[in-house]
Amino acid sequence: MIELRKVSKSYPTTHGWREILRDVNLVVQRGERLGVVGRNGAGKSTLVRLISGAERPTSGSIERSMSVSWPLAFSGGFQPALTGADNLRFICRIYGVDFESRIAFVEEFSELGAYLHEPVGIYSTGMRARLAFAISMVVEFDCYLIDEVIAVGDDVFRGKCDVELFEKRSDRAMILVSHNFRYLRDHCNRFVLIRNGRIEEYDDAEKVRLAYKYMPPDDEDEIQASAPAVGQDARSPLADTTKLRKTA
Amino acid sequence: MRGKAAVTGNLSADSPWRISGRVIGALLLRESLTRYGRNNIGFLWLVVEPMLFTLVVTALWTAMRQIHRSDIPIAAFALTGYSSVLLWRNMPGRCIRALKSNRALLFHRQVRMLDVYLARILLEFVGVTISFIVLGIALWAIEWINSPEDVLAVFFAWMLLAWFGGALALTLGSMSERFNMVEKIWPAVALILFPLSGAAFMVDALPPQAQSILLYLPMLHGVEYLREGFFGSQIHAHFDIAYLIVANTLLTLFGLSQVKRVVLGESNEF
Repeated sequence: MIELRKVSKSYPTTHGWREILRDVNLVVQRGERLGVVGRNGAGKSTLVRLISGAERPTSGSIERSMSVSWPLAFSGGFQPALTGADNLRFICRIYGVDFESRIAFVEEFSELGAYLHEPVGIYSTGMRARLAFAISMVVEFDCYLIDEVIAVGDDVFRGKCDVELFEKRSDRAMILVSHNFRYLRDHCNRFVLIRNGRIEEYDDAEKVRLAYKYMPPDDEDEIQASAPAVGQDARSPLADTTKLRKTA
Repeated sequence: MRGKAAVTGNLSADSPWRISGRVIGALLLRESLTRYGRNNIGFLWLVVEPMLFTLVVTALWTAMRQIHRSDIPIAAFALTGYSSVLLWRNMPGRCIRALKSNRALLFHRQVRMLDVYLARILLEFVGVTISFIVLGIALWAIEWINSPEDVLAVFFAWMLLAWFGGALALTLGSMSERFNMVEKIWPAVALILFPLSGAAFMVDALPPQAQSILLYLPMLHGVEYLREGFFGSQIHAHFDIAYLIVANTLLTLFGLSQVKRVVLGESNEF
């Protein structure tokens, strides 16, 4: 289970703190497939990063009682000077997974062949994406975070990814971020829309699609904090958002 | 542990220490591969660079020997001085702005910025230490220097200097992510500290007033201690080990507090 309790996240900008998520409560159980939608900049990726543990919430708590993958969007993250195999070796090392038994899978699945032993810097975008996906299938997680990753690669490769994720790992939990409602409808059983820093849950792909489509424009004033006075409060996002909440 | 779980790709529940050790090990290998590549010739630069430094300085000092009428063993003096500088100068150099090239790694939960810093500090330590030892043995073999009088003192002095370098690297590295100034100013500051840190003088040769001021610099104590270990019977070294340890501890604690504030940030780019 993953449980988010009153999770808020703010980032500093040149004109003050920007609150991306506010008081988000969310529970994801084993085996659940959660589809996440929202406008650009609504906080989808932020939510995924918080759940992955790559970042900490500004306030609130996140509990994980199952293993959670890194965000699979990840076509970057490779050291260009290193070969694909070196990058795989690095991932295997940090996750404590045996490298020798996984290299064959990655070589076959990524269709990179001999290129696996060439520097990633010379790869095409498609090759990188294939490597990224293959590497992320090397570690077995209870919950996979997938941030728009399936959009890459050709149809054949996408088909292979779907088999690997949704058939071979049909018992796992997944959190999918996408703008593709058909994709989410086919693979998810819960849907959330992120709007104004809050999440709204829908039990049906069509409902979330309509909610997204007829969403009123963002109420910017409600969500954005005003700039703190110069020299004041650069260290305390909380103080600022609390102030904001009172005035809101 | 390479159990069955590891082979199937399942995650085993490891202690944080074990994870951290694994991560730092992986970062070390990644870093050295990236910097030096597979052909091991690049690694030689670690030794060649301080060797050039030392040779230049040794030549200069030998030429000026009559002016100074100094009895200190020049080669040993240069070796200890410049190797020490490399410790506290290169470690921060490698940690400043390290977030940029390591952003993507932080997307893996078990990789913390502290691990990135520690790996870089460790690699730098290994490089400079190897060069120090190799140079020492080489200079000893051609009889430019005598073997150290007190190897244990050399060891402790070297470790204390490395600790100082690491603590400084944590501090400057993490602060450089919040203050651009650090990146711009550090090279200039390092240049000023270079001669002041004892690379080119013995504290005993200075007027007492200058001594008391310069001895606020922690690394100066380390260098003097190092020389005490090397050729202590020929000089009068000024150092306070307790001062160096206290300074190192405070700097380490401050550095760690700053590392905690280095975060991924809003950008989605990695």
